[in-house]
Amino acid sequence: MKPIATLIATVSFAFATHALAAAPVGNEAPDVLVKRISADVLDTAKSDKAIQAGDRQKIIGLVETKILPFVDTEKMTALAAGRFWRQATPAQQKRLSEEFRTLLVYTYSGALSQIKNDDKVEFKPLRADPADTDVEVRSQVNSSRGEPITLNYRLNKGPQGWKIFDINVLGAWLVETYKGNFSSEINKTGIDGLIGKLADRNKQLAGKPLAAPAK
Amino acid sequence: MQSRRLVAVVALAGLALSGCATTNNPRDPIEGFNRGVFAFNDTVDKYALKPVATVYKNVLPSFVQTGVHNFFGNLTDAWSAANNLLQGKGEAGMQDVTRFAINSTFGIAGLIDIAGPAGLPKHNEDLGQTLGHWGVPSGPYLVLPLLGPSTLRDTAALPGDWYGDIWTHKTPVNVRNIGTGIKAIDTRASLLDASDLVEGAALDRYEFIRDGFLQRRESQVRDGGSQSAAASSSGKLDMKSAYGDDADVGAAPAAGAPVPLTPPAETTPATPAPVTK
Repeated sequence: MKPIATLIATVSFAFATHALAAAPVGNEAPDVLVKRISADVLDTAKSDKAIQAGDRQKIIGLVETKILPFVDTEKMTALAAGRFWRQATPAQQKRLSEEFRTLLVYTYSGALSQIKNDDKVEFKPLRADPADTDVEVRSQVNSSRGEPITLNYRLNKGPQGWKIFDINVLGAWLVETYKGNFSSEINKTGIDGLIGKLADRNKQLAGKPLAAPAK
Repeated sequence: MQSRRLVAVVALAGLALSGCATTNNPRDPIEGFNRGVFAFNDTVDKYALKPVATVYKNVLPSFVQTGVHNFFGNLTDAWSAANNLLQGKGEAGMQDVTRFAINSTFGIAGLIDIAGPAGLPKHNEDLGQTLGHWGVPSGPYLVLPLLGPSTLRDTAALPGDWYGDIWTHKTPVNVRNIGTGIKAIDTRASLLDASDLVEGAALDRYEFIRDGFLQRRESQVRDGGSQSAAASSSGKLDMKSAYGDDADVGAAPAAGAPVPLTPPAETTPATPAPVTK
């Protein structure tokens, strides 16, 4: 019964030392967290009739409630902006993160509406020291059509637990892919210009209907 | 035909280079030329390929689409097998050989993919990846007329890929051409959703596609290994090697102190005890 004793000891130790009740998900291993979110999102997307029909409000709601709380969009924006982040004022940083976050919501919603019913996700085992604070979780989406789609996540352990700050689909990292867009836009029109462009794009996307999912 | 096209591309590149102004990206030294071809491809796509692919996707019954997709996919398995073996990847190579054998016979000339669901994954190896595997660097980014994003190495490998594609040797020629056309439409149809996503997500489509493509290509050559580790398991991330000097940007909001990467003093590493601060 040693494992149970250690478990009880760990749990009481945790409660004793945390004055505030830390969010229960903060103690999950990163790959367990991603697996849980992933399964949750996929199950909801496949079972909700409104989402299957392409109801955009519902899909956006799904992204906002089940995915975004676990994404550190500020860190994502900061990494994509690179050295320009340090040059931006806190107000600019805030606005840039918000606009990028909105763009990500639309992008994820678009991606979710394309999920097909027989897509299955397979996770690679995690081999990391429990004390690592930056990890990469690897998975792939196996669908009946074509080769498996690589889907990797990079997470950082902050004060609020593990948060995703970069995503890799088919070999391309989101931050790396946006870096070019961000830096050339900032070079042309400055940080405010980039914020403006993102804001315009978001307005445009708000008016566009999401594609209906494939059968 | 392919080599003549290649010569034309290189000649045009030479012309464009002479008129090239400032270039930002070291991986894209002929950006001006590439953007031009990109715009041309976009026009052809917008007015010809995309509408046809959209009709194809919406009108043709899905089992017919799947059959077409599987048929051409089966042909590429043979060349992928050869490339896997050339790269010394025996297991993957034999998987592709088996895929081709099973699907061509029991799968009725490749129309049905029996091997996939039976546990034989599909690989998409080509000569460019083989060259990359053996150390040939990719060279600058190149956008090819009609064929789209590529690199110098992969473009040079195209004639080889062309020769290795079984369909190239199909006679009579008019059947081959019709098949090639259908294959192009099938590929475009399978990318319709992805291209819509890029439409919305990208601020500058040319750059977005270029940067995404170059990463994907490298990842294909390395078969999905990340920059830091070739392991196929999830694991520790080295921020410095992944993000360079920007690694500590956007650190945790707590008084600007970055989260320490070295493990703090812990007593019992056996159980996942929470890090107490």
